[in-house]
Amino acid sequence: MIHQKMAALQSDDSAVEIKHVSRVFGAVQAVSDVSLSIRNGEFITLLGPSGCGKTTLLNMVAGFINPSSGAIHIGGRDVTDVPVHLRDTGMVFQSYALFPHMNVFDNVAFGLRQRKFSKAEISAKVMQAIEMMSLSGMEQRRISQLSGGQQQRVALARAIVIQPKVLLLDEPLSALDKSLRAQMQVELIELHRNTGLTTIFVTHDQGEALSLSDRIVVMSKGQIQQVTEPIDLYRNPANGFVASFIGEINALPSASCSVTSQEVALDIGDVRLVAPRRAEWQVASGRPVKAFVRPEHIRIAGPADAGRNVVTGEVLTHIYQGSHTITRLHVDGLGQIEMRLPGGDVVGRIPVGLKTDIAFDLAEVVLLPDTAA
Amino acid sequence: MRSVLFWSLVAAILVYMTLPAVVVVATSVNPTELMAFPPTGFSLRWYEKALTYPDFQTAFRSSLIVMALASTLATLLGSTFAFLIFHYNFRGRGLLEAALWSPLIIPHFTTGFGFLLLGSHLNLTQGYAVIVMAHLLLVTPFVTRAVFVSLSNVDANYSRAAANLGATPSGVLFKVTLPLVLPGMLGGWLIAAILSLTEFTASLYVTASRTQTLPVAMYNYIREYADPTISAISALLILSTTIIMILANHFLGLRRILGIDNG
Repeated sequence: MIHQKMAALQSDDSAVEIKHVSRVFGAVQAVSDVSLSIRNGEFITLLGPSGCGKTTLLNMVAGFINPSSGAIHIGGRDVTDVPVHLRDTGMVFQSYALFPHMNVFDNVAFGLRQRKFSKAEISAKVMQAIEMMSLSGMEQRRISQLSGGQQQRVALARAIVIQPKVLLLDEPLSALDKSLRAQMQVELIELHRNTGLTTIFVTHDQGEALSLSDRIVVMSKGQIQQVTEPIDLYRNPANGFVASFIGEINALPSASCSVTSQEVALDIGDVRLVAPRRAEWQVASGRPVKAFVRPEHIRIAGPADAGRNVVTGEVLTHIYQGSHTITRLHVDGLGQIEMRLPGGDVVGRIPVGLKTDIAFDLAEVVLLPDTAA
Repeated sequence: MRSVLFWSLVAAILVYMTLPAVVVVATSVNPTELMAFPPTGFSLRWYEKALTYPDFQTAFRSSLIVMALASTLATLLGSTFAFLIFHYNFRGRGLLEAALWSPLIIPHFTTGFGFLLLGSHLNLTQGYAVIVMAHLLLVTPFVTRAVFVSLSNVDANYSRAAANLGATPSGVLFKVTLPLVLPGMLGGWLIAAILSLTEFTASLYVTASRTQTLPVAMYNYIREYADPTISAISALLILSTTIIMILANHFLGLRRILGIDNG
């Protein structure tokens, strides 16, 4: 409800436009010709390993760093040359950066005070934000008296209370322990739903990105690798980097393929795998391809498989995780394969050292042209 | 075996460092006019004499005036320098830094003598101005360093967060940076005060008999008399500076001011 109201108030359809932005530091190209259009009210994540340029890009949207070339628009306005304090963005830093010489109330009120609201208005908005972040009763506390989780909420309250055009989150959950992190992820989703704020989230944790985002921007070495929704990203990675970065996956050696109207047959040495053909695949008979199979799409072969997409592997190790087990096998011709099965039965069924048949379910296989060959 | 050697060494260093002060304080309570160590009894008469001796009273007043002016001006000047060096990478920066640290390598008597010459040219030798100027030169580097270290310890993200929330650059300075650097400035001010209070060599040149500071008055006293009054006034001076030191440590941490810890 509030979401739609806030979205309607924005005059422009795209909240943030990044146009051919690059940034160079000396000899290092940190961000390389990045263009991105972020919709109003969207929760978009910049995802990638450290050094990929995601934080640099975020800092350019905030205005802390200027692009070497390109332009940035916020709310339809070109802000490339606009100083930080006039951009109307709200940022949550990885270290929270809460002002140590002020209490919780004054921290949250800081942004409002720069905007010359009346005392009564400030008080009302601050208390509302404090309540929204479950911090009621803590207004007078000093920052040093708060736990990590509480500090994070204050940092969020401080940024959202000013109702910025864009909310910028720089790996805000990385300092939290596992259970607190999971809890905060859920709260972030709810917060986004309640406020409808356009949000740019930066993280290196692909699991986090998958659970929080409307869209994910995968970056590597300063360039965008792929921009799409989480499910699409998981099922249809655009290249080898994205395939390996998102979730767990088995990258099979290069295969030559023969294509029919219904199927694609992959030959990797002596191994032949046959997958149902998907329209979006760019494959042609004779052209080498790389296949990627997720561990959850591999299982112990049974009589129903009748040898189709079945290979023999030697069990190397089991990694028991409680709800599931990762089993590593060595398959001649394919190398090391990881298989994911629920529970822990697999440990007893196929002990280490045993040679066993495993079957590939190739309905969801990722097939990419082999650019290296 | 090694432990005994180690602790003997520690004890020896402690004794060596504190012996002068210990001796002075011990002789100050001696009942007779002799500078006896160890003291033959206990008496506070020399403290009474020291506190009522007119030259010491005047000199202490002078010391306080010079200390107040020099340390306050040094704090303003030193803080400004620290901000400039910290934030800006301008072309003359290396030169400015060198100039700031130069009082540390120039002997105090050279500074004092220089200001004496300057003072006589400007006809200022009989007033407090030359003394304050000399002290200012000598103590400013310490304030600059204290404030610079304090600035370095302020997380850069605080000012970024403030700017992001809408504060103008001057808003960031006054609402965020200055409050966080204030303890450092205060510590610097106190260190400047101690250095000014105990400064002797340069003061010897630039003070006149009317404006002499306490250390100079003490020097003049001991040239004529050799009774425990001098020990008493020394003990009182040690007490004053100790109190100031404790306050400086509370606000900044002495380890950082003196450059032992690097931030």
